Amino acid sequence: MTTLTQGRPAAGQASGPRRRAALRLLERADPVPVLLALAAVLPTVALLVLAAVMLTEAYPAIVFNGWSFLTGRTFTMGNLYGTATQVRHGFAAPAGARYGVLPFLVGTLLSSLLALAVALPVGVGAAVLLAERLPARVQAPLGVVLELLAGIPSVIFGLWGVYTFGPLLSRTVDPWVAAAGLPWLSGPVGSGQGLLTASLVLAVMVVPIIASITRELVRSVPALTKQGALALGLTGSESVRVVTMPFIRNGILAAGVLGLARALGETIAVLIISGNALNTYPHSIFAPFATMASTIAAILDGALTDSTGMALHSLAEVGLVLLGITLVTNLGGRLLAQRFAATGLPVGRGV
Amino acid sequence: MSGRRLRDWAFWGLCGLAMLGSAAPAVSVLVSVVHQAAPVLDWSLLTRRSNAGGIENAVLGTLWLLLGVLVLAGSIGIGAGVYLAELATGRVARVLRFGSEVLAGMPSIVIGYIGYVTMVVGLHWGYSYLAGVIALSVLVLPYIVKTTEVALRQVPSALREGAVGLGMAHRQVIWRILLPPAAPAVVSGVVVALAISTGELAPLLFTVGFTDSNPSLAPLHQQVPYLTSVTFTDLSLPGARAHATAAAAGAASLAILVLLILLGRALSRRSRLATAQMTL
Repeated sequence: MTTLTQGRPAAGQASGPRRRAALRLLERADPVPVLLALAAVLPTVALLVLAAVMLTEAYPAIVFNGWSFLTGRTFTMGNLYGTATQVRHGFAAPAGARYGVLPFLVGTLLSSLLALAVALPVGVGAAVLLAERLPARVQAPLGVVLELLAGIPSVIFGLWGVYTFGPLLSRTVDPWVAAAGLPWLSGPVGSGQGLLTASLVLAVMVVPIIASITRELVRSVPALTKQGALALGLTGSESVRVVTMPFIRNGILAAGVLGLARALGETIAVLIISGNALNTYPHSIFAPFATMASTIAAILDGALTDSTGMALHSLAEVGLVLLGITLVTNLGGRLLAQRFAATGLPVGRGV
Repeated sequence: MSGRRLRDWAFWGLCGLAMLGSAAPAVSVLVSVVHQAAPVLDWSLLTRRSNAGGIENAVLGTLWLLLGVLVLAGSIGIGAGVYLAELATGRVARVLRFGSEVLAGMPSIVIGYIGYVTMVVGLHWGYSYLAGVIALSVLVLPYIVKTTEVALRQVPSALREGAVGLGMAHRQVIWRILLPPAAPAVVSGVVVALAISTGELAPLLFTVGFTDSNPSLAPLHQQVPYLTSVTFTDLSLPGARAHATAAAAGAASLAILVLLILLGRALSRRSRLATAQMTL
């Protein structure tokens, strides 16, 4: 700042080389680039702060729970109304409290992978059709539909899943699937709240991410190669298989990984549709379940009443595991994309 | 020959089914939300507060939160994008860009949790406007940074070289040459970030709370009502009327969202036209 105030009058009075030197000084002391640099550092600082807070919050739980956190099959906050506590490694928790993440971990991975298995072929198929086959005047409105789909709030997907899509599934598709009597694909179908509905809704949320990335990838395929394939007499589908797909395969992989990361972190829609079953594995594809993200949202309120604070710390540990999985997935997707995909990938909630 | 033709038809048929499978849910969501909201859908909804079955306070609160995100995330994000595109070099730029992209992968409920622990409890802000705005801003910041950076990079390099060749200072190049044509794309990125903010609930659930009165202008210690919270809470209340109100609040956030998406599209079309005309 001092250089700035010194530099200003000099710039007005002097001329020639002195003036130029003063101008350069002014430019170097310009507060704008400093502010811009500050802004640019903020996302990284925010990331580090978030990670640090998460680690310190989870630390008591990490020590208290040890490995049983990852292998435990029950998550219960214990007796919150009594004064009895249990102490392990110097940290106290209410009597009877046990913190095991395994059912949530299984629920998270299962629902996200199911969602990806549905969303990947659907998203890629739609994008290939959109970019290779449909005329431009149809492309634009369908693009808007995809954009809208990406932007629909997850709470609205929850509303739709509970009152429209879930009941529809339980009336039409579910009984057929259950009637086949395959292991894990049978059993009571219920009202449509459970793993299958939640996974399909997650798939609907992931499709626009995969479709929009794939559409850009398909557009990046050199037109000359495609025309060459057609000139050789290949049909459209053969050209897609022989020319387009090999060109964009790795980009699609990256798109799938990014979509997976989105599904892993989804909270509210899953919370509403999953049936929110604590401490149980989904015994069939129709059974209620819970994910790590939905559990944090569901029991944070209750955890606040734990006077030892261990319930809150254990939820932080759940969050830390979730954070680790999503960040690794996301980074993997981005690294893949950087190495293979021709286009830049969107950041954010896939809009 | 006919076998190949058949396979071709089958392939495009499957792609058509996939397209239908992608587009149908969007239509179904819109139709079902409006259908469910129909019993309570009239203009008085916008003049009654949530304790009287309306959404006036929630609409105002959502717009108030969006304004905060626009100011906070908008200014920081655009600044960071300009810096990354034009001023940062080498390793520093790579590290900062990497940090921003990693932040983009942060699950929203984790941001909400941390907002609760650090701001609501740690700083004694209570459930408050500022805590919510900061949580939402952290969520959308990477998006604005990325779109700003990409927008600046898409300005043809001939323009940049020409400006430098004429002897313009670096900051003149940024302000006079690069930002004007990139502006619509930058703004459309901010608009999309606002659209994301409109629909988020997880970061707000434990940072801003809810209230039946209209939002106050106080940044701290005062809870703020917002639309997605109305949908979420009324959804699990008993009674058809509560469900209809939940859907109505959903319809209102969808309406804001559609407006924002259309605005963003109009802006990005303008920016494409502007960039297309800018060849030397």
